[in-house]
Amino acid sequence: MGKTSGKIIDLRRFPGFLPLTLLCLVMLYAPLLVVMVYSFNDNSSITLWSGFSLRWYDDVFFGLEAPKFKQAALNSLTIAFAAATCATAIAVSAAVAMLRARNLRGRTASFALINLPLMVPEIVTAVASLIFFSAIGFTAGYLTILVAHIVFCIPFAYLPIAARMQSIEDTCEQAAMDLYATPAEAFRLILLPLMLPGIFSGYLLAFIISLDDFLITNFVKGAGIETLPTAIFGSVKQGIKPNIMAISTLLLLVSVGFVTLSYLASRMGQNPKTQINNDKKL
Amino acid sequence: MLQRVLSETVAVGIENVTKNYGSFTALSGVSLEIRDNEFFTLLGPSGCGKTTLLRSIAGFEEISGGAIRLYGADIAGLPPHRRPVNTVFQQYALFPHMTVAQNVEFGLRRLKQPDAQARARCAEVLELVQLSDFAGRTPAQLSGGQQQRVALARALAPRPKLLLLDEPLSALDLKLRQAVRVELKQIQKETGITFIFVTHDQEEALTMSDRIAVMSAGEVQQVGSPREIYETPRNRFVADFIGETNLLDVTVTAVTGGRANCILPGGRAIDCPAAAVLDPGPGHLSVRPERMRLTTPTDPESDTLLSGAVVNHVYLGTDMQVMVRLDDGEVMTLRLQNSDTTTIPELGAPVGIALEAGAARLLAD
Amino acid sequence: MAGGIADAGAGTGAGIYRGRAGWLILPSWLVIGFFLLLPVIMMLVYSFLTKEFRGGVIWEFSLAAYDRFFFDRGLFGDEAPVIEWTYITIFWRSLWQAGLATLLCLVIGFPTAWFIATRVPRHRTVWLLLITVPYWVNLLIRTVSMKFLIRDSGPLNEFLLWLGVIAEPVHLINTNLAVQLGLFYSYLPFMVLPVYASAERYNFALSEAAADLYAGRWTTLRLIILPVVRPGIIAGSILVFVPSLGAFLAPDLLGGAKTFMIGSLIEEQFKGNAGNWPFGAAVSMILLTIVMMLLLLYARTQTRREAR
Repeated sequence: MGKTSGKIIDLRRFPGFLPLTLLCLVMLYAPLLVVMVYSFNDNSSITLWSGFSLRWYDDVFFGLEAPKFKQAALNSLTIAFAAATCATAIAVSAAVAMLRARNLRGRTASFALINLPLMVPEIVTAVASLIFFSAIGFTAGYLTILVAHIVFCIPFAYLPIAARMQSIEDTCEQAAMDLYATPAEAFRLILLPLMLPGIFSGYLLAFIISLDDFLITNFVKGAGIETLPTAIFGSVKQGIKPNIMAISTLLLLVSVGFVTLSYLASRMGQNPKTQINNDKKL
Repeated sequence: MLQRVLSETVAVGIENVTKNYGSFTALSGVSLEIRDNEFFTLLGPSGCGKTTLLRSIAGFEEISGGAIRLYGADIAGLPPHRRPVNTVFQQYALFPHMTVAQNVEFGLRRLKQPDAQARARCAEVLELVQLSDFAGRTPAQLSGGQQQRVALARALAPRPKLLLLDEPLSALDLKLRQAVRVELKQIQKETGITFIFVTHDQEEALTMSDRIAVMSAGEVQQVGSPREIYETPRNRFVADFIGETNLLDVTVTAVTGGRANCILPGGRAIDCPAAAVLDPGPGHLSVRPERMRLTTPTDPESDTLLSGAVVNHVYLGTDMQVMVRLDDGEVMTLRLQNSDTTTIPELGAPVGIALEAGAARLLAD
Repeated sequence: MAGGIADAGAGTGAGIYRGRAGWLILPSWLVIGFFLLLPVIMMLVYSFLTKEFRGGVIWEFSLAAYDRFFFDRGLFGDEAPVIEWTYITIFWRSLWQAGLATLLCLVIGFPTAWFIATRVPRHRTVWLLLITVPYWVNLLIRTVSMKFLIRDSGPLNEFLLWLGVIAEPVHLINTNLAVQLGLFYSYLPFMVLPVYASAERYNFALSEAAADLYAGRWTTLRLIILPVVRPGIIAGSILVFVPSLGAFLAPDLLGGAKTFMIGSLIEEQFKGNAGNWPFGAAVSMILLTIVMMLLLLYARTQTRREAR
């Protein structure tokens, strides 16, 4: 019953929710924006702003610590690339099995397994991986990092792929077979092209998850190698220096760029393809 | 509609087919013979097994028992892509990332037909469904009716021995549906391909089919031409599912030579055709609403067979629907054609009902 | 979670991949089974071994690790065992911290999610994007930036001093509040997204019915909306609570000695010479057990809900 007579009450609106939402956004963006701004600070004191400067970016690429960070970045990128590729391949295979095979035994167990890396707390995974590699004598280094990354990238690649596959009616593949396509042809000509946006999206997601990982990498890497996050962490432990903020800004932009790409990829082909199904539901 | 002379060759032989999903029986001992060049319909309510049967013929379901023969050859063991059978799916299942032409040519390409031949055939089929100008469009750019025609063209292009249609008209609106029915029938006649059509809409089945198989709960209830199904139903299910009918509880006294002698409610006797031989005892008569007349019960000259009182009447434009409660409580629905001479009986007025010759039929159950 | 994606397609597959499904799922089983399941089992084994001086283990069965966690003078010593409260306190504190972080996420996240769900459909994606974009920045960087922001000499204090609201810098870093903020910052989208998903499906006819029956706005929220959106709230809470419990970065970078949490405790066991691998393994096992019980409980309530 309206307390303000004559005005139509919007039942959706709750006073105070908009300010809270804005507060939320401020809390989310403030730290990042501050870091970005200060990365351009022409002052090494990081508390006083003294003018715009690119000196810290210069320092990142050409300064004292540049080689270390460059190597770390290279490691991160190559590992991310390899891990995402393997994880995506495994995820596609798993998705086809889970969503298209009729009599898959142990379906629930498989689903639990695929999501297991998400359910186990990261630190537990880190400890377990370290113990495992140590126990079987697998020397800590590039390969241990790669293997550990593949494992936790699988569920991230799987989710967009499975989501995409679910929205593709399997009657299309049935129609293909009805029209004399072998199962392999049905997959190659019908399912795969339609799944591509999901695969792409999953790949990008896996890539960025691998690139960003700190905890597990830190545990299994051993002493001789650094990835970008572990290098940054090590540096931060010695005190926040401005070049850290420059690197952080760069990494931040890369992450955002990748995720945007992933999002656009998953939306690609969303409209025309689902239109058909929507039109026919009466 | 004149009955076409049907071929005697059996195109599809369904021999005692059963299909179980665990403890659920979807098809139970189904046997049918579908003839060459026939428009055959599987008709029944949802869950009756008609779609399961169709999918079994297409190869998407493995049958648990029995055989499926296509011109004599058992195809039950073949995967779908090796059966010369094509399907028009209920939701069309057009390939969204291909054009209309690519969709239509798909089967031909899989069969490794040379380019020129495939393209020519594609053009031919598109012409048949009147979509020649749409070859370059994608399915998303088509209306529901156009998509349906592409699905049909796609299935016809490889010249299959058998075409299966899984409720292809259910997604279309009424006017379009009626137009497409006529077109489909036309195309079947022109191409000479055997059609197996699945629907739950009895009007569709009656208007399009050469023969109909009425199904319920995984079993075939009756097979026959539309006329046979309507006028000589075998059991209560068929009588009730097709059109409207009145089911009268009667007592059977004797059944000989295809005719039955029964006692109607109210005591009068009737002699009528029988669908099956029943022992004396309780039985059911099927009487169509339009095959009855109202009479004056007190008139001794009339051929009143039943008596009761009018409880309701509804004006339906072309007909008048009158409901009469018989003396023993059963309610009969009559349809009287509206004309100048029709008198509307008063509510509560006592009336008699007379049946046209051959209107009543003793059912098998 | 389990049920939806897993079961869809279970009955409708055309049998296209008849017989091949096993091969297709095999790589996943091999990789995850061998490199996650097996390691966890190994960790369980290690928790029952004896510690080696410089890290690593001696392959000798011992309950010392668990013993150390719970008891001071040992279950098997001469004197009566006394419960060691240190580690239990750390666990308790972690549960508390995680709980508070969840609450904070709920208090800020629910209104946010509701607000977004009630926007024009076209705008909703934009809002959601705004909320989730920060999440896609590296967690380490986010935590570092939070640390940078709230330090004594950091921009936030500078700002508040400049505003004149405070006379001296507020000491935020290395406090419980700092850790809370860190956890909130890390996991907020995990609360917002499930709540949004539930809220989006809310049928506003219910609000209209409630209003028609004389319920005020906040009463409607309490009696009608919250119960309907509850699945999303519960899902979101789990998604925030579980990672917060075992979090390492936020407590390590933003907290101090007084805010020591499980994550830091575990990490400590595997660093350098002071480490105690079996003990670290034991603490990890305890954490894992708690988390798994929570998840099972959640899954159980979900299936009971679906059975209704």
